[in-house]
Amino acid sequence: MNTQQMPGSQNQSSFAATLRAALVHNAVWPISVLVLILVVNAIVAPAFFSIRIQDGRLFGSMIDVLYRGTAPAMIALGMAVVIGTKGIDLSVGSIVAVVGSVIAWRIKEGDPHLVILFTALAVGIVCGMWNGLLVAVLDIQPIIATLILMVAGRGIGLMVNLIYGGTDPSFESELLQGLSVGNIGLIPTRLILFVVIFAGLWLLLRRTALGLFIESVGGNPAAAQLAGIPSRLIKFSAYTISGFMTGWAGIILTADVHTSDPVKVAMFSELDAILAVVIGGGSLMGGRIYLGMTLLGALVIQTMVTSILMSGMPPEYNLIIKALLVLIILLLQSNNFRAAVIALLGRRK
Amino acid sequence: MKNLKLVAAVVAGAMMLASTSAMAVTIGFSQVGDEGDWRPAFSKDMQDSAVEYGIDLKFADAQGKQEEQLRAVRAFIAQGVDAIIIAPVVVTGWDQVLQEAKKASIPVFLADRDVEVEDNSLYVTRISADFNLEGKLAAAWLAAESKGSCKVVELQGTVGSAAAIERQKGFQAVLDQFPAMEIVRSQSGDFTTEGGKQVMEAFIKATNNLEGICASFAHNDNMQLGAIQAMKEAGLNPGTDVLMVSVDYVPAMIKALEAGEANASVELRSAIGKFIYPVVLDYLEAPKDLPKWIVIPGDLHTAK
Repeated sequence: MNTQQMPGSQNQSSFAATLRAALVHNAVWPISVLVLILVVNAIVAPAFFSIRIQDGRLFGSMIDVLYRGTAPAMIALGMAVVIGTKGIDLSVGSIVAVVGSVIAWRIKEGDPHLVILFTALAVGIVCGMWNGLLVAVLDIQPIIATLILMVAGRGIGLMVNLIYGGTDPSFESELLQGLSVGNIGLIPTRLILFVVIFAGLWLLLRRTALGLFIESVGGNPAAAQLAGIPSRLIKFSAYTISGFMTGWAGIILTADVHTSDPVKVAMFSELDAILAVVIGGGSLMGGRIYLGMTLLGALVIQTMVTSILMSGMPPEYNLIIKALLVLIILLLQSNNFRAAVIALLGRRK
Repeated sequence: MKNLKLVAAVVAGAMMLASTSAMAVTIGFSQVGDEGDWRPAFSKDMQDSAVEYGIDLKFADAQGKQEEQLRAVRAFIAQGVDAIIIAPVVVTGWDQVLQEAKKASIPVFLADRDVEVEDNSLYVTRISADFNLEGKLAAAWLAAESKGSCKVVELQGTVGSAAAIERQKGFQAVLDQFPAMEIVRSQSGDFTTEGGKQVMEAFIKATNNLEGICASFAHNDNMQLGAIQAMKEAGLNPGTDVLMVSVDYVPAMIKALEAGEANASVELRSAIGKFIYPVVLDYLEAPKDLPKWIVIPGDLHTAK
């Protein structure tokens, strides 16, 4: 990474060679953009880097990035698994909406909050299983199959809200809010929760054969079938995992603001999740799951969002800035683009 | 034979129904859809208060689609209703259908959103709240409360939405009257609690715990409720350290006002049937030129 920043000190061929070698690792590009964003922050809003302890918890923009990034990262990890099967899950935002409305409803009904926690997770899992049923059993194209819940989910959320009137869906819950906005020691609880879930997912995919099965089903379904891998079951479980991860995200997001807003909560989160997977080097053609890289992708996106909020730029620029940064990352990741740039640099010298 | 009797009964029934409704005023109301909290409440109030005014209301939900709305309006014209109320999905594309209504001599009223037509006489009037006035009202309250000296952070609604643009303009217009009042930070929280919370978290960090900030103005209550949470989690006292003023007056905000965590909220009424129907009924009784916009006032509610 250092070498590519001082091209003048190298001669042409070894510079190109070093550059090419650096590109072998696909983490280079997202990381360099992350560094770029942080450098811009250091200039525009130095307060971005200050971290202190306030009321017994860590406090600062860098903490906010991790804190706000938790739920999107969970969704993105679920998405990475589904994309690994050459599928896609457009319904994640709507699942968050359904989970949120069920939490608000059950709290108004007076269920014990631990039961509500498991109910909420079950709702996420059932939503995932529904998608899995459509895709794996009924062979409906993933983009269409998950579109159904994407469209219906927010409506289901509204209907659930109507059960108890729905005019004031705000609630209080020590347990759920503790998980979402509380902290253990100095560390926000949701970060600890995330680490545990991430480790569990990693173990499930990398210490059992499931990850390999998913990748083989996504990479070459015919070969996987011939090798005796139950591809329907594998796809079904991928969508179920996505539902489970999104269920957690729904719990965190809902408890965060302790209200249910099915119409707008987690709006466009499916797009950010897909983006995180792609920034992490995943291909929509399936066959690969990069958990760590997806996490990095989610981190890049959240750093971008928090930086824009900190920068003091007028909000009219938010979407353009985000789009430009994403474009830069994707250009850097494109082999053709890099080859063209290297050729151009080579000709100049 | 049996079938014939049934048909006869149905026809007779329909005729009776038609004759009773011919006595009452028949109004066709084409609603946008049922997104958010506000619009379903608005639809319900229109239906409930129609009963109170003895109006035979034909309600059509356009599910957010203009073509659906055009179809509904044409159906109203074919049915020969006495008046049509439209809450338009979009501002353009109305000339043709409004011409048709005019040809059938059916007066058209607009509720809520505006339309752009070449000939303004195609509709009688628009009856709605004034986003701009809501912004002004919030700023006027803040100016009085802070004695004309206040640094404000602003939580904007969805960028480009009419509510966000007009509330911003109205608020700024009043602020401009006071040299010591200014907006120091402004970001979009997308009208959501989530968004408001995340933006306020960033504001808190960017301004060193809202140092020198005297007020938070949010384009809706949901964002302000999120901002209140962010401030509480950062150990600040919303409503005491910082004045909190927003728009909507939703139930959760009423609670926040009671708890002293918010200071003022401008009400965006959803129960506006009682403002709309009298205008329509008076017009049907004695048609006359009305101003093109009749503003439904929004009350400002404070903690006290």
